[in-house]
Amino acid sequence: MNVGIVCPYTWEVPGGVQAHIRDLAEALIEDGHKVSVIAPAADDAGLPSYVTPAGRAVPVPYNGSVARLAFGFLSANRVRKWIREGGFDVLHVHEPAVPSLGVLACWVARGPIVATFHASYERSRAMSVAAPMLQSALEKITGRIAVSEAARKTLVEHLGGDAVLIPNGVTVRRYAEGEPLPGWGPDGDVIGFLGRMDEPRKGLAVLLEAFALLAPERPRLRLLIAGPGDPDDVLGRVPREYRDRVGLLGMVSEADKVRAYHSVDVFCAPNLGGESFGIVLTEAMSAGAPILASDIPAFRRVLDDGQAGALFTTGDPAALAREAARLLDDPERRAKLSDEARQAVWKYDWSTVAREVVRVYETVTHASAGVVEDALP
Amino acid sequence: MTTTLILVAAVVVVLFAVYVSWRAGRLDRLHIRLETAQAALDAALLRRAAVCLELAGSRILDPATSLVLAAAAHEARTAGPDEREHAESDLSRTLRAVVDQERFREKLAEHPAGAALLEELDTAVAKVVYSRRFYNNAAAVTRAAQRRWLARTLHLAGHTDPPRFFDIDDEPPESLASG
Repeated sequence: MNVGIVCPYTWEVPGGVQAHIRDLAEALIEDGHKVSVIAPAADDAGLPSYVTPAGRAVPVPYNGSVARLAFGFLSANRVRKWIREGGFDVLHVHEPAVPSLGVLACWVARGPIVATFHASYERSRAMSVAAPMLQSALEKITGRIAVSEAARKTLVEHLGGDAVLIPNGVTVRRYAEGEPLPGWGPDGDVIGFLGRMDEPRKGLAVLLEAFALLAPERPRLRLLIAGPGDPDDVLGRVPREYRDRVGLLGMVSEADKVRAYHSVDVFCAPNLGGESFGIVLTEAMSAGAPILASDIPAFRRVLDDGQAGALFTTGDPAALAREAARLLDDPERRAKLSDEARQAVWKYDWSTVAREVVRVYETVTHASAGVVEDALP
Repeated sequence: MTTTLILVAAVVVVLFAVYVSWRAGRLDRLHIRLETAQAALDAALLRRAAVCLELAGSRILDPATSLVLAAAAHEARTAGPDEREHAESDLSRTLRAVVDQERFREKLAEHPAGAALLEELDTAVAKVVYSRRFYNNAAAVTRAAQRRWLARTLHLAGHTDPPRFFDIDDEPPESLASG
């Protein structure tokens, strides 16, 4: 099958949606399908051969955080050209409610279109104003996939209609083994975090507060943080005397990310919400890192209600500190959580997930002539 | 001798009373000026959000641009007092990202309704800048007046809190500023 996949977020910046698309694309290619991905990216970036750049994305405030999105007439023209030349059997758009390439693709294309919804919101003002404007683009979507029950609920509440549930996948074998980073754990004293440092919903602030609570009693405790953001801003929120115990890796390569998961005694996911699935969690699970996560519904589900990772009250630094201390003092429990996580994560492996997605493609392409360019509305 | 003293004291008391009432009157005028400036600022912000929403709903733009703009304008329009500065700054940033797209002005001008909307947007953006400067000036003067020794001792300002400055990023899009 010839599949065109549309990514709404900048390819070079690591994120859940980008990683999802990359892994799906690679799993599909491995399965013998032809795949082309269009994504916002600077033209000269070192992209995989299956990615077509759609130009630079612009940072704009959207729905409570700053997103790098591609919009405007120029981006629309690039998507149009890609569709015209691609000759796809099916178009697979990700996050079509985000003002970026996804909604543009729905605008300029006609034919079998599958859309995957990733995000979940409690209540989104942006979405409530967006829904009527999205209507004509969303009406073209023939098959809808939600990556989590929360994402599905968001979709039903904000846009109406329903979707099939196909959870995110993880390439388990990619994370299973890794050499710890030099100078880090696991040695019983390292807590790890991975994600955007400047994105409030990722909850780094909660972890930093908890670290300040734990650090005085635990002179060897260290914090390993990987992800893009302003280092000075992060260090500014740590009491001066503990700053040399915080390691900021910045944006890490895939290889270093795997190594980072293997360098911690407790991997912390303090997200405050808005997370539909937590791809970061399944990666950490594949690496067998003992996990401590906020008890948002998505995390609770992935971690089997605390079987495959410890949970703490969302947004509560004291609760985080308390649970982290318990884990750090209990190597046996850490080992048990690690084993449970490695087991539980197999049902999220990409090979399983990609097969499900192909079934959706087959359903919508039944008796169809493929994707063509649509005349301007 | 005593008569002279009493007379002098009386004159001093009268002069002081006149002075106090003059200061109180000035403070009162400053408060009125502040309220007027605040109303103007509020109107300018609402107008800017309204023009953005109209542009977003005009079907002249591509749907992604419309969405970005509509979401930011909606946030700004519905933000509570504590979130307002943040939401309005976000709208300014979004406007810059939208309007500073390559060939945005030309593309909009091709459309019959586009040119008029751009003109309206120009005006709305400029008025936010102006009215915010004027409001902050009024706030600064009022705060200084409220802080003076006499005003504090005699409670001339009553129990009103010192006015807050309205602190936002209202930098207009480049193509508007120069156009």
